[in-house]
Parts: sequence; structure tokens; C-alpha cells
Amino acid sequence: METIIFSLLNGTIYGLLLFMLSSGLTLIFSMMGILNFAHASFYMLGAYFAYAISGATSFWIALILAPILVGVVGAMVEKYGLRKVHANGHVAELLFTFGLAYLIDETVKIIWGRNAVDYRVPDALDFPLFELFGAQYPAYRIFILFIAVAMLIALWFILKKTRAGMIIQAALTHPHMVGHLGHDVPRIFMTVFGAGCALAGLAGVIGGNYLVTDPAMAVQMGPIVFVVVVVGGLGSLEGAFIAAMMLGLMQTFAVSVNATFADMFGFLGLQATSEVGGITVASLAPLLPFLMLVLILMVRPTGLMGDREA
Amino acid sequence: MSDASNIPTRNLAPSNSAKFRQRVLPFIVMAAIFAIIPLFGPSRTMLSLFNAMGTFMVFALSYNMLLGRAGLLSFGHAVYFGIGGYFCVHAMSWIENAETGIWANYPVFFLPIIGFAGGALAGAIVGWPSCRRAGTPFAMISLGVAELIAAAAFMFSSLSGGEMGISGDRMNGPQLFGLSMGPAIDVYWFVAFWTVVATALMYAFTRTPLGKMSEATRDNPERVQFVGYNPFRVRYMVFMFAGGFAGLAGGMSAVNYEIFTPEALSLGPSGLVLLMAYIGGIRYFAGPLLGAIVLTYMQSNLSDFSEAWLLYLGILFISIVMFAPDGLAGIIANFIRGTKAQGWIFLKRWSIGAAGILIAMIGVITLVESAVLASNGFGEVFEPFGLVHLKMSNPLTWILSLFPMAIGIVLVRHMAKLSEEA
Repeated sequence: METIIFSLLNGTIYGLLLFMLSSGLTLIFSMMGILNFAHASFYMLGAYFAYAISGATSFWIALILAPILVGVVGAMVEKYGLRKVHANGHVAELLFTFGLAYLIDETVKIIWGRNAVDYRVPDALDFPLFELFGAQYPAYRIFILFIAVAMLIALWFILKKTRAGMIIQAALTHPHMVGHLGHDVPRIFMTVFGAGCALAGLAGVIGGNYLVTDPAMAVQMGPIVFVVVVVGGLGSLEGAFIAAMMLGLMQTFAVSVNATFADMFGFLGLQATSEVGGITVASLAPLLPFLMLVLILMVRPTGLMGDREA
Repeated sequence: MSDASNIPTRNLAPSNSAKFRQRVLPFIVMAAIFAIIPLFGPSRTMLSLFNAMGTFMVFALSYNMLLGRAGLLSFGHAVYFGIGGYFCVHAMSWIENAETGIWANYPVFFLPIIGFAGGALAGAIVGWPSCRRAGTPFAMISLGVAELIAAAAFMFSSLSGGEMGISGDRMNGPQLFGLSMGPAIDVYWFVAFWTVVATALMYAFTRTPLGKMSEATRDNPERVQFVGYNPFRVRYMVFMFAGGFAGLAGGMSAVNYEIFTPEALSLGPSGLVLLMAYIGGIRYFAGPLLGAIVLTYMQSNLSDFSEAWLLYLGILFISIVMFAPDGLAGIIANFIRGTKAQGWIFLKRWSIGAAGILIAMIGVITLVESAVLASNGFGEVFEPFGLVHLKMSNPLTWILSLFPMAIGIVLVRHMAKLSEEA
């Protein structure tokens, strides 16, 4: 029972973090048709910026400033880089962001070193919030939950209820028409790209000290975020949300299951001493996202909620 | 139809001498270069560099069968390289242990054929689901499959040897061409042979109907369907061949290093081969060869000079994507074409641009090197030629880095303006 509740809580938090990352990626994709390979690098930048800023001032300033900075970097990348490559097609854009990921990773290594930096949970949030089955639950995790839900609501409100959101939605499907109506479509693109990167940055700020802040965090997170976006259906925020929660819960639950293949398929005559029988479900957890990706793309290429083929 | 026979037809086919010049001569030259190199008595390190180059040349060419010819962007091509390589390492130990039978008579020299079979088999299995679609979905599936297989390889250590990998011994089995495969020069001949053979085969592949159809499928899959071909089948077959040649390269690598680890099929090498092919130029057959030579050289030599060589690689790649999508081969071809057409005017314009890039590079290198040494925290300072002492706090560092960058950008823009006017 307690494993289930803890896994549920942790899985929800991980899923929300994944959604925060993938929502930006989905927005960018649905608007510009670009799968931003460097998206997780912006997540890493968020964490490192927050580390630098909170070291100089406080965590709360970093919480606001770091995502904005990441957003500005993203907007500059779009304006001076991606826009140039756009003429050469989608593969060139994908390759550009691929190279950008290399560049950001290496730059981060040069500036902050190759080892993990000591980016910590702020003192004000570093206490156990409540006790469950004799185990304490850190307040910071609930804080992540709170920030993620707040972002979710804000994103939904901006996209669905404001004029700016209407224009963005219109530009998704009918960019030329929006252009004819006098809106500056390239500027909208730049803003959306910047905003998507800022969301990734925000995930970095609150995720960096929850997980770990090191130069490998982008490489670890990047493929998983891709999986979320593709499984959810390219361009669908709802789908990304469902996929992120699914992945978050699945991975967290899998880690807590100690059963081996021999336990599960013993009736087929699988021995615990054999190599396949000795594999635990927990050790399969890192594989799950990719297994899901391959299965989904084979069975339902549009993803869970997508209306267009990936 | 009788009218048509009255129209005087012009023979559009290339003459025999042109065919020889374009299709046979380059391979003779290539083989000759490989044959001449040992005459200069290269050192062991040079030989191992050449061996790595040959392997990567084949690997990058096989990658370009997908990216350049069929338009399929793969993020997991190292999977086939790795699986081919693993087949060969296992085969090497079978050769070592066999008393009789096939393996006792199988020369190590022909191991890359096993690699080809292994890579093609893996391509046949993975390609079935993934070749149904092209473009972004194909890229995503390749990424997922690569992560999946690399992670699974770490798990099944009886096949992959776990993190330690599996090693073999190439000095077993019957000898061929009097090569014991022991000394580096024997391996050099082995690599040279397979590089030339694989390159010639892959060039021949581009001239087969399948090779031509793969280009057509890249450009317009719908029209390919109208003509009566199935784009999926075309992609699938090309994918198998590309996997096979990657496996062949894996076999070369297995014999060369006598060890394979699961690391070899992960995303890292997959990314590297993508960089090689693209930096070299995917629109030209020789592009990936060029890219493999340049990048292998950078990898083995630049990494001695600078820890930031991956950063330079990233900058090079981004610049190529942004400003020269046809890669190094495209730059060379453009240079030759421009000089022929415009002569001195072109050369003048070109040298302005080249000077601009060189000057900007001085600035970038100064900044990166002083930053790297400062961030290491060993108290080392970047001192180019022992002339100046460049600390990050020294304003001279910033002048020497930002000023050349600005001049370089101005020069390059000037060149771009001149070529637009021309």
C-alpha cells in the first residue's frame, strides 16, 4: 500500500516535470514543424542559470529570472539560427538543433565544469511536509507539484482564453491567413520558440535540484521528452499531458517492482538462474519509454491524441 | 511511330572515356593512394589512424546511403555497426576454438562478410516497422530503437560482454595473402582492401535501379507510387544494404581493435557518423569519405591539443548546416566551378571570405581556449606561441577574441554581398 501511494506521488511529480518539458516542445512543433533536439539542453540551461543566480541572490529570484533568460536565449537562437536554416527544409532544422545540443552541452561543461554542481533545494522548502506510513515526505516535491499545476493552468488560460492565445492557435493552422491579417508571423514564431524554451528552463529550475544538475542531464532527459511528445501525438498538448503522466507513473512503478522475469513467467519454465529470468522489472524501467515509442509508432502513428501523422 | 525514327537522334550517353574517367579512375586512384602510403614507412600511430579512417569511411558512406541518397535521417546507425562488429568478435572466437568444420577454415580476413550479414539481418528486422514512414517519424523511431538496443545490450552480458565488452584474437585461422594479421601493417592491408571494395560496391549500388529508385523515393514518394514502385519496399531494401555495409565497417573495426563494447552501438557513435556524413557533404558521393577523414583526424589529433574539440566540432557542424549545406565537398566543388567560370574575380572574392573565416577562428579559439583552461582550475593559462599570457581577467583576452570575430564577420558579410551582386 505505501509503495503504491509513494509511487503515485513521485510518479505524478515526475510526470508533471516531463509535461513541463514536453509542453514547450509540442508548442514549438505544432507551430513550426520543428522537433527541437536541443530542447532538453534548454532544460539544462535553466538548471545551471538557476544555480548561478540562486548562488548570487536567492532561489526565488532565480525561479523567475532563469526561465526568462532561457527564453531570451531561445528566441535569439530562433531569430539568428533557425530562421536561416528554415529554407533548407525540416531535416536541416532538425540537424541544426542537433548541433545546437552539442554546442550547449560543451559550453556548459566549459563554464560550470564536468561534474555535478551543488544546486540545492532552498532552505525555506527543505523540510518534511507530512509523514506517511512512518516515512517523511519532502515539502519541495509538493512545491514542484504546485508550480507544475500552476503552469498548467496558466498555459491553458493563455492559449484558450486570451487574444494572444487565439492568434497563436490561428497561426498554428493558418499561418498565411494570420499574416494577411497583419500579424507579424515570424515574431509570433520567435515568441513561441522563446516561450517553449522558457518552459523547459522552468522545468530545469525546479527539476535541477530535485534530480541532479550535471552536464549529462540534457542527454538523459532529451530522448525521454521526445518519446512523450511523439507518443502523445505531435502537436497535441492534451496528448503530451497524458503521455507524460503515463510515462512518469509507469517508470516510477516499474522501479519499485522487484519481481524478476522468472517470477512472472515461471509457469513457462523460465528459470531464475537463467539470464533472461534474472532480469528484474526495475532494471527494465529505463527501457520502457523507448519500448512504448516503438510500439505506438507501429500501431498508431499519430500518437495517442494527435490528428496528424508523426 | 515511324515519324520518330526520322528525327536525327543525338547520343546522350557519356562516351567510354568519360565513363572511365568518372566511374573507374577515382577508384584506381584511391587504391593507388592506399598502396603508396606504406612506402613512406608510416609509424604505428599513423597506421592505426589510417585504419580508423578506413573503417569510418565505410561507415559514413553506408550512413549516406540512408541520409543522402534515400533521405532517411537516422539517429541510430551505430546499431548496425555494433551488431555487425559483435557478430565478428564472436566469429573470431569461433575461429579460435574450432578444430574442424567451417570456422576452422574461415580466414579472419573475410570476417567483414560476416559483419555485413549481421548488419543486414539487423537492418531487415528493425527496418520492417521503421521504414514504413520517412522524415521525422523515421528519425524518431531510429532514435527509440537505438536507445532500446543499446540499453538491452548492457543487460544481456552473455552476448555483449556487459560493460567490459567482448574481446577476440585476430591471429587465428588460415592465413590469406600471407597476412598473419598480427602487425599493424597487416591490419592496414586488410582495412585498405575492404575500404576500397566497400567503397566501390557502394558506388556501384548508386548506379543500380534500386539506388536510383531510392533517390526518387527521397524526392517524391507519391510519384514513385504512381510509377508502380512501393516506397516502403525501396526504403526497406536500401535500409538493409545500409545496415549491411555498416556491419561490414563494424567487422573491420572488430578485427582492428579486437574488442567490442555495448558503447559502440549507443547514440554517441550514431551522432558521430551523422556529423561525418553531413560535414563531408551528403549530396556528393565522396562527401562522407572526406568527412570521415577530417573528423577521424580531428578526433585523434585535435583532442590532444584541446579539450574543447567537441565544441569546435559543434561549431563546425552548425556552420555547415547554416552556411554550406552541401558540406566540405560542396565547398570544394563550388570553388572549382567558380574558378572555372569566373577566374580571378571569384578567387579574389573567395579569398576575402576565407580570410574572414580564418580571422574569426582566431577569435573563437582564443576565447574557447582561455575559457577552458580557466574552468579547469589547474591555474593553467592559454599562451599562444608563448607570446601573450591570456587570463580570463585580462582585457587583452577579450580584445583578442571579440575583435577578430567582429572583423571576420564583417569580411564574410562583405563577401556574401559581393557574390550576391555577381
